[in-house]
Amino acid sequence: MTETQPAAPPETTIDETMDDLVDDLAFFDDWQDKYQQIIHMGRALPAFPEPWKTAEHEVHGCMARVWMKGRWQDDRLRLYATSNAIIVSGLIAMLLKVYDNRTAEEILSHPPTFIERIGMDSHFSQQRSTGLAAMKNAIFEIARQGPADGSQGMGTGSQAPGAGNREPGAEEVGRAE
Amino acid sequence: MPDTAAPLLHTSAVNDYDIEAIRRDFPILSRRVHGKPLVYLDTANSAQKPQAVIDAVSRLYAEDYANVHRGLHSLSMATTDLFEAAREKVRAFVNAASDKEIVFTRGGTASINLVANSFGRSLGPGDEVIISHLEHHSNIVPWQMLRDDRGVTLKVIPMHEDGSLDLDAYADLLTENTELVAVTHMSNALGTIVPIKEMAAQAHAVGAKMLVDGCQSIMHMPIDVQDLDCDFFVFSGHKLYGPSGIGVLYGKRDLLDAMPPYQGGGDMIKTVTFEKTVYADLPAKHEAGTPPIAQAVGLGAAIDYLTGIGMDRVAAHEADVSAYAAERLQAVPGLTLVGTAPERMAVVSFTLDCAHPHDIGTLVDLDGVAVRAGHHCAQPVMQRLDLPATVRASFGMYTSRAEIDVLARALETVRKMFA
Repeated sequence: MTETQPAAPPETTIDETMDDLVDDLAFFDDWQDKYQQIIHMGRALPAFPEPWKTAEHEVHGCMARVWMKGRWQDDRLRLYATSNAIIVSGLIAMLLKVYDNRTAEEILSHPPTFIERIGMDSHFSQQRSTGLAAMKNAIFEIARQGPADGSQGMGTGSQAPGAGNREPGAEEVGRAE
Repeated sequence: MPDTAAPLLHTSAVNDYDIEAIRRDFPILSRRVHGKPLVYLDTANSAQKPQAVIDAVSRLYAEDYANVHRGLHSLSMATTDLFEAAREKVRAFVNAASDKEIVFTRGGTASINLVANSFGRSLGPGDEVIISHLEHHSNIVPWQMLRDDRGVTLKVIPMHEDGSLDLDAYADLLTENTELVAVTHMSNALGTIVPIKEMAAQAHAVGAKMLVDGCQSIMHMPIDVQDLDCDFFVFSGHKLYGPSGIGVLYGKRDLLDAMPPYQGGGDMIKTVTFEKTVYADLPAKHEAGTPPIAQAVGLGAAIDYLTGIGMDRVAAHEADVSAYAAERLQAVPGLTLVGTAPERMAVVSFTLDCAHPHDIGTLVDLDGVAVRAGHHCAQPVMQRLDLPATVRASFGMYTSRAEIDVLARALETVRKMFA
């Protein structure tokens, strides 16, 4: 998350990425294997800097703790998030695979249908489903806010810790309030 | 994943406690979750219901139902009789001196709020209320609201690392300004049993009243409010194998008599004019509005069911399962028991070194095991122990040793998944 070069746009569309996620998990026959894969994805999630774990970036509505931060690289939203629970981190990894490095328009026109297609909505407890919804809502809210007007690339007024790590050209967006 | 497809062999180490027969009385226990037999270890959260309770509620609605205390017609009188019979069953169950001392509420939380908003109304600056570090949020927040509203001082009995209360500190906290001590009988997060009889005597010695939150203890042991000599004892119906939506406030008669009503409305009045309302006698004075009628009848059926088996025998069985659980779970590598007070039962709280409690709760669910993962509505306990959360397995009259084995094997599977 301290990349100095803006990442290239993803090679696949959001729809293709969601299809890939559904196919990846459909490969496993039973839920234990699916969860093992989700745990794997959770562990592979990039580290989230400790100074970013603030109330400002905390996503409420999840049983486990979740922190999320968005930054704009030109017109594309870079997303960083983590949880203190590994399975939730795995769910975050899936959401980031779909929505990270996309434009606001792409994000807002693509609700996370892969969750239902994988069968997670019925499998997870209501609280955890609510957590998924809260994380999705947080991403969509940041996307709705968009890059701040007239301050392209300057990140003016950001109170976020970790601002010192920020490379030029990136704009920080606190999680939706 | 352990093979739990075969039927579990439920046994009890307690002589003549027929756990198989008891389990058959609870229809939900025969269902499967994710293809595995349900292993319900979340009774501290809410207990499952025996057929007798389900039937009593169904029968009432199918055959007798009407509003209570209001009608001269047959259905209303029949329902009133059933409702008041349930009150008498509750009285006998906790050995209150009179059924006037049994107030039906909508839950344990509502019972505490009633006391805070009625008894508490007589308190003010300089008066002290003592709670403990072990409390459920329901026995913290109403007193904080009273503190903020009336200016009373709120003091907290600290807890030791093992989850027992610091009784020396309690003795020091009591002063002549202490008006009320409100403590749990049993920690919902750790299972600690609190010596409330001794604490009530100490409270009375300084002229304070004693409220006991019995939501966790009521289903695990015989309760005698006169022997405990507490002034208030509260519990909920849904943890006592009865319906949700009903709670009980036991209060000593002179106290309940002196307390003003917390809520106004129907059923709690003798006469109403625009100038003046004369309140009804106990317990109606504290039961504004249509009460939880079917829930009371269901609670009465639950008490009949428990009494038929015997609370002493239920307690002995659960003590056996609790001891077995502590021993069996400690054999799981990487597992740490949270809460090791000598006096505890029916709850085993723990963490695993490899996974967050939420991960554990999600994964053991795949094996049909229902546990709670989180702060258990007792965040100060977690803060005291510096833990974000624990996994809690909690037991009831239907919990078997075989189910503890399923949990232990499921936890061993979780360890492998995180290896």
